[in-house]
Amino acid sequence: MELNKFEDVFEGKLAKNEMVEPKDWMPDNYRKHLIRQISQHAHSEIVGMLPEGNWITRAPSLRSKVVLLAKVQDEGGHGLYLYTAAETLGVSRDELLNNLHTGKAKYSSIFNYPTLTWADIGAVGWLVDGAAIMNQVMLQRTSYGPYARAMVRICKEESFHQRQGFEIMTRLAFGTEDQKAMAQDALNRWWYPTMMMFGPPDAESPNSENAMKWRIKRETNDQLRQKFVNQTVPQVEYLGLTVPDANLKWNEAKKGYDYSEPNWVEFKNVISGNGPCNKERLAARNKAHDEGAWVREAAQAFAKKRKEVYAAA
Amino acid sequence: MTTQEALFQYTLRLGDTNLILGQRLSEWTGHGPFLEEDLALTNIALDITGTAKSLLEYAATLEGKGRTEDDLAYFRNDRQYFNAQITEQPNGDYARTIVRQAIIDCFDFYFYTELAKSKDETLAGIAQKSIKEVTYHLRHTSSWVERFGDGTEESHNKAQTAVNELWQYTGELFEMNEVDAILIKEGIAVDLKIVKEKWEKHITELLEKSTLTKPENVFMQTGSRKGIHTEHLAYILAEMQALPRMFPDAKW
Repeated sequence: MELNKFEDVFEGKLAKNEMVEPKDWMPDNYRKHLIRQISQHAHSEIVGMLPEGNWITRAPSLRSKVVLLAKVQDEGGHGLYLYTAAETLGVSRDELLNNLHTGKAKYSSIFNYPTLTWADIGAVGWLVDGAAIMNQVMLQRTSYGPYARAMVRICKEESFHQRQGFEIMTRLAFGTEDQKAMAQDALNRWWYPTMMMFGPPDAESPNSENAMKWRIKRETNDQLRQKFVNQTVPQVEYLGLTVPDANLKWNEAKKGYDYSEPNWVEFKNVISGNGPCNKERLAARNKAHDEGAWVREAAQAFAKKRKEVYAAA
Repeated sequence: MTTQEALFQYTLRLGDTNLILGQRLSEWTGHGPFLEEDLALTNIALDITGTAKSLLEYAATLEGKGRTEDDLAYFRNDRQYFNAQITEQPNGDYARTIVRQAIIDCFDFYFYTELAKSKDETLAGIAQKSIKEVTYHLRHTSSWVERFGDGTEESHNKAQTAVNELWQYTGELFEMNEVDAILIKEGIAVDLKIVKEKWEKHITELLEKSTLTKPENVFMQTGSRKGIHTEHLAYILAEMQALPRMFPDAKW
């Protein structure tokens, strides 16, 4: 087949809302875009284990300890299916991890913010997982089959996490004065970083156009951000907390809230390595990987010895 | 000591052992040597902490003073904890964590198999659930002891050092006191002599298969049955209990 025939088949699948599968022909820039997006997502899951794992040993009840352990384990599991989905595009996990460890690959910037109090664990579940779901729901219908299928499972678990996060916030917001103050403080610190999770304003978003065309993305950054604000403000009100935005106001004409933009200068800085925890997160990942080297070597040496034993028998 | 008091003490001892071990294991979450293993160890931590929760819940009921499982976990000092000292030992490198875990998994496997026959229905029920989990834990950690022992020279040395240094805490696992005596008579508690025999045989075979040497004539540490611990426990509790103690009136 001529190249343009392959392209016609590919474009035809997109037009008919059909899935592109690993063995199908796909344009190079489609493959590259997917590898970048899926691996960033995988990295985000495993880096995300760090700020949440930070509170497992200090969870204030046995129930919350068990719930948090299970949650962080789920995030690791998501990382695993996403790395596997990325591998179907012809890239190895070692290569992807190497990109993460050397700082070449990005992960969600939100995890460069610290979890300072127990309320942050509630806020991360409620707001961060809430925003992630909003970004990810559309990916269940994305054009690349293995990614879409991984996202179906991930979204189910993320909704569960979001409810757990909201439950922590509810207990705090309806608890003692100290607990309520802890909840408000967490909301103050996580509100804008969460808004940044939808990416830069549409006018400045370099990767959006192709992503929309390829159904890797289905709504723009600004549309999603607006949706998030509309959904979250009533929840904040229910909790009796205050959104840290003096300009927040219902706009009847657009049937949505007007809100202040996050600080995009901060966003760019956190993305380029200057967030409060960028260096620590990367150092923790590198330490785990480097200190795990002898473990992986031992497993390989052992497997090789056993293979030789079987071969000789 | 009444049977009820003995049963409370016994359940507390089992609950504490699981809680402190789960706490130690969960320090690895997000920091494992590779992703699959990070998930596996977190899963083991999760099972063990879940068992701790069930046991402490039951202990609180047995005590009948209106305390909850969280009161027991978060508002007792180290001298009121009865976990085996081996559980509070630092994680060290991955070989040490795995060796510690394999020693305890092997103990738990035979212990909970016996406890499942207990005349106390709640303990028997918890044990039955636990056996399923422990069977998987033991398989997992044993396979790693083998890999380390018969893997590279480095892994072998690390595993052997772990065995040598942890062995002194294994004697305590089989200690019995008045609590055990009262409850064994009632068909509630496990006779640890039976567990010891099976554990010795199993662990000896595992070490042999892994080309590791079993330490001989080791002087055994003791104390946890009386609430005496190594220096590590107070730090574990300081971290674990900080938040509830800072806000004692709060519900989480």
